[in-house]
Amino acid sequence: MRAWLRHHGVSLAQTLARLAHSPFSTMLNVLAIGAALALPVGAFCLLLNLEALSRYASVEPQLTVFLASNTGSAEIASLGSRLKETSGVRSVRFVSRDEALADLKRGAGMEEVIATLRHNPLPDAFVVRLSGPDPALAEQIERQFKALPKVTHVQADSAWVRRLDALLRLGRTAVALLSALLCLALVAVTFNTIRLQILTQRDEIEVCSLIGATRAYIRRPFFYLGSLLGLLGGVAALLIVLGALAVLDRDFAQLGVLYGIGLRLRFPEPREMAAVLGICVALGWLGAYWSVSRYLLVFERR
Amino acid sequence: MAIISFSQVSKRYPGGFEALKSISFSVDPGEMLFLTGHSGAGKTTLLKLIAAIERASHGTVLVGGQNVSVMRAAAIPYLRRNLGLVFQGQKLLYDRSVFDNVMLPLIVTGQPYREAARRARAALDKVGLLQREKARPVTLSGGEQQRLCIARAIVNRPALLLADEPTASLDVAYADEIMEMFAAFNRVGVTVLIATHDQLLIGKWHTRVLTLDHGRLP
Repeated sequence: MRAWLRHHGVSLAQTLARLAHSPFSTMLNVLAIGAALALPVGAFCLLLNLEALSRYASVEPQLTVFLASNTGSAEIASLGSRLKETSGVRSVRFVSRDEALADLKRGAGMEEVIATLRHNPLPDAFVVRLSGPDPALAEQIERQFKALPKVTHVQADSAWVRRLDALLRLGRTAVALLSALLCLALVAVTFNTIRLQILTQRDEIEVCSLIGATRAYIRRPFFYLGSLLGLLGGVAALLIVLGALAVLDRDFAQLGVLYGIGLRLRFPEPREMAAVLGICVALGWLGAYWSVSRYLLVFERR
Repeated sequence: MAIISFSQVSKRYPGGFEALKSISFSVDPGEMLFLTGHSGAGKTTLLKLIAAIERASHGTVLVGGQNVSVMRAAAIPYLRRNLGLVFQGQKLLYDRSVFDNVMLPLIVTGQPYREAARRARAALDKVGLLQREKARPVTLSGGEQQRLCIARAIVNRPALLLADEPTASLDVAYADEIMEMFAAFNRVGVTVLIATHDQLLIGKWHTRVLTLDHGRLP
């Protein structure tokens, strides 16, 4: 057990010494990984912000419920109260056919057109505001209203909610794809770095194997190297993203002042950053594992 | 019990070249012997079979009672820890000091640093390189590099020392010095097997000689 711990200590020390031995190429490797990973991490942060913003600045979706032309005022009143009692409804406003016509007349050039009409073709209507931007809820309420008596048509203005939702989903998918792609890049970078390291150390590997080093002893430093590269790359990526967010946040706050609202960017939480680092370490290890499996085989056969 | 025992061992390389043909011999513990033969007779292959660097195609190779020809890959490192290998063109690591080269086998086996350093210095002392412990191997002469290889081979106190052409490219005085070193290890109980084509050298020592001829032991 003590020998095992000592082996790990030696491996880690060797790995660190090797990284420190060539600081420039280490830095470039770390930067390459960092820049590649900063993209998905940054995109993910922006997406989270966009989602938060969409909730913050959301105009509640609304439904317009059109009534049959022969609806009496008593029926209108009872319908109005029924709509109000539906869960998920924030407010209900009645727009009479005359009001609607007056509204329409205010539109440019509409007056003459309307003057040619012999009677008002517009129906009475309710404008219903929903409490949340939940497209599923909006749809459910829409169906419910359609089934009510004297309701001829329900116009959902929640389409934009669905559109935004679809856009965000598209964004999430794009970020996921980007992440997968750039994770692959990380694995490729470590794979190649480890391969070069194995080639420069081929003498040492050969000698070690001849003097009785176990396969684990020979492989261990490379695993450390891969994981360490991943970790440093992850740290670089987070620094890049945090720096970019800090710059953006300043401009964002100014934008918020202009709109009279306190807009702030959401920074990644420590938990999320730890997860990013964990993933980086795992990917670095994976790259090392593949490289070692591929290139150390040659020596192990000897 | 013999420390090395070959019975009916053949080695055929991919491509069909048969380096060893049905070899049988055994070596007793504490023995010192030469392995000789013309260039390409199979000396190096035979040593490689003992260290499990190559596997026999047929027959049984016993080293310290263990059947090396069917040994699991995971067990091979532990076999090699009991062997001292001084191989031809044996690579020294030029990116570290003489001392660190000798330390390597001890670090690989997980020895505590203090004890390892003591043993490394003792090994360097035995080959007369203690004064050069901080030097880089590349600054050593050919004879000194060979002695460094020997120090690295014996630092783990192996029971069996295998040397492949240890005196090649050395002049006679150096070669004698190296041989004296092997004899000294042999006197303290190490079994020493030296492959060499240097008949002059063999003539000076009255030990058993195995002569390979085209892969056969006559």
